[in-house]
Amino acid sequence: MKGYAGKFLEVNLSSENVKETILDEEILSQYIGGRGLATKILWDKLGKNWERIEPLGSENLLLMLTGPLTGYVPGARLCVSGKSPQSNGVVGSTVGGEFSVELKCAGYDGIIFYGKAEKPVYLFIKDSEVELKPANHIWGKGSQETLKILVKECREELASRFPRRGLWKEPQIVYIGPAGEKRSRIAVVAAKWAHAAGYGGYGGVMGSKNLKAVVVKGTGPLPDVVDMKKVSTLINKILDINFRNIVFRRWGTGNLGHDVGSRISSEPVRNWQEEWHNEESYGSYEFEKYWVKRYWADFGCPTSCLKLAVIRSGPFEGAITDNPDYENQAYLGPNLGIFNAEENIYLTALIDELGLCGIQTGNVLGFAGELYEKGILTKQDLEGVELKWGDAKAFATLAQMIADRKGIGDILAEGTHRAALKISKLKGVDVSLYDVTEKGIAIGAHGIRSEEDYPGYESYACSVQAGDHTSVARIPLDHGNSELRSLLYDTGVFCWFNFFEKEAQDLLWPFIEAVTGWKITEKQWIETVGRKILHIQRALLLLGGPDMQWVPRKDDDVPLRWYIPLGAGPYKGKAVDRERLNRDRKEYYEAIGWDENGIPLPTELKRLGLKDVDRKLDEIRKPLPKY
Amino acid sequence: MKGLSENERVWIARDYLKCSGCRRCEIVCSLSHEGKIWPEASRIRVFMLIPGVEVPHLCVQCHDYPCLKVCPTKALSINKQTEAVIVDKEACVACGKCIDACPGKIPYIHPTENYALICDLCSGRPKCVEACAAGRWNALEIIKKSDTHTFKLYAKTPEIITRDIASQIYGKKWRETV
Repeated sequence: MKGYAGKFLEVNLSSENVKETILDEEILSQYIGGRGLATKILWDKLGKNWERIEPLGSENLLLMLTGPLTGYVPGARLCVSGKSPQSNGVVGSTVGGEFSVELKCAGYDGIIFYGKAEKPVYLFIKDSEVELKPANHIWGKGSQETLKILVKECREELASRFPRRGLWKEPQIVYIGPAGEKRSRIAVVAAKWAHAAGYGGYGGVMGSKNLKAVVVKGTGPLPDVVDMKKVSTLINKILDINFRNIVFRRWGTGNLGHDVGSRISSEPVRNWQEEWHNEESYGSYEFEKYWVKRYWADFGCPTSCLKLAVIRSGPFEGAITDNPDYENQAYLGPNLGIFNAEENIYLTALIDELGLCGIQTGNVLGFAGELYEKGILTKQDLEGVELKWGDAKAFATLAQMIADRKGIGDILAEGTHRAALKISKLKGVDVSLYDVTEKGIAIGAHGIRSEEDYPGYESYACSVQAGDHTSVARIPLDHGNSELRSLLYDTGVFCWFNFFEKEAQDLLWPFIEAVTGWKITEKQWIETVGRKILHIQRALLLLGGPDMQWVPRKDDDVPLRWYIPLGAGPYKGKAVDRERLNRDRKEYYEAIGWDENGIPLPTELKRLGLKDVDRKLDEIRKPLPKY
Repeated sequence: MKGLSENERVWIARDYLKCSGCRRCEIVCSLSHEGKIWPEASRIRVFMLIPGVEVPHLCVQCHDYPCLKVCPTKALSINKQTEAVIVDKEACVACGKCIDACPGKIPYIHPTENYALICDLCSGRPKCVEACAAGRWNALEIIKKSDTHTFKLYAKTPEIITRDIASQIYGKKWRETV
């Protein structure tokens, strides 16, 4: 089997048993890797009782999967998955860096974690030697300390075990911060720094298993491919196309911010009360002043959309982060009424350090900010914090409380949607208007009211990853931003950002063939291979549970706030048109093969050999009321 | 390569601050020498002891070649044209003496074979530099080698280089990290 290392690691944290498994070619050729394979594994192992599986309980699985294209297609990523404590479905959450390549070089296509360790541990993999080690000394530590300690102690161990080999390069590491340890639903699985698998909340899952980090050193080559010469040619073509993407190369996604996100009115401002601002002080050039590295990249990547921002003096001295990227610029900036690059860099670095997700945390901080503005949350509720828009220090204090689950931070650590339900109950006031999420997941910083950004009306409502802006539903199904396309990237597993151009996208089918020998056409992907994965993901999202279950069709909606017209800017007055949303949603259901309530059709599931999924879905195919 | 004639000796200039950490150099080096993408068998290795401080580490061709002097099996020789250190895979016993003698601890043992890995300058047209130039990162650049310059000053361990770069970009406290 080409492109694969051929083995998976199964680690039972409860029994400390580690074993190698081989997945047969039949499964891999259908579900490939990453998100596709995660969906299949989760369905097989947990599907029967899905609605009863507690995402933060020991019966959930934590998956770290590569794909056959990982390391070959420029821009390597790792796919982290499991039952999501945010959506109660499956999210294929990816993170850039070298970890996935190193894991394949160690001889593994992925790791499946079961159970829960009795005490904090980390997993150390050196090729086929795999060991669980105590992590008490790093439990409670932030990103910077965790990495420092692990790199040092693991390199020392390698040097003492293999003294004649010469200097060891650092092993690759994924880890959680304090927020993940506290089982926050908005915690990330992090890599390097400023790298995170954010959507899904798998940092909380990792923390619930008492797993602080996974460290890997793989000394082998990437697995053999069918035709290396062809792979090299395809790599070079993808590089050439992306060397031309001068905007992303120079500013990364930070080319948005004031210059794009706000100008086209799709950027969250003060908890989405607006999507437009005119603060020139928040443009790309303001951020460039803090960059100590203009081109920072992950394995094989021509684009280097990352930039290294550092604050060297003043009250925020010592802050280190990426760019920040557009999502963090928006969510930890205008969404909190902050229009100052330095404060945004500080907040982003803090969120990284705590192991929180910039999007989910920025969303819940904005939500709290608005409740404070409206007088629903008081200074007393916030343990003395005066949460005024624009006050970076106040929001930083609240972020720290979320990571520590201290005071109101304990409720906010559950993410915006769950916090909104709790606070509504506690205060006796309906706060759902301020809850800008989709099925438990805070929506990426790309609004749809102005209809100028890339997502459309159906995008979040019908996505199997809900608010995830990197996996939006689009019609027609062969749309350049279709969810089936995101699914391909997350299943491959590699970065989306080198595939904005059709010219590059078209190279992926020959790429798959040159690596694996499998001939998959775009048509086959859309109609069978990818579609099948999407249906299972959809089924698991609708099965949900145990703390909440989405109501078919009714919950395929957008946040209430988006039905309120934009109050300012060039798109003033624009709001989501409910009738059109209903129409677009219906059209999407029909195109993808779901019934009028968004449940995958029996005929469609049978066509794809998913009879077991069909039977399970009968449990939720009861007559639904008219909405 | 531009401006250099066939017979001129080249040296790979390195600017750590410009390194993006994309590892394209490791990819092309291992593809060219091993026929595979194999970062741990690349003759140039990017160390990332601290994220953001990526250090491409490769032979500097010291004028006095301390590695050569200590080799017990005469497995190391100098290519007359490029002045690169050439490892005789058959003669090398992977004893590691060249690593100890190298002021930058640059050579290391092949992960599966029994010999040391040292940059051979790709017979004068280093692939790593081409890859770096293609992306316009220019962390690696070809310059004409000159007898009057002490290239050996670049033979530092990745730890020392990391400390210098980290304290420069992140602040002094990062000196203690590695």
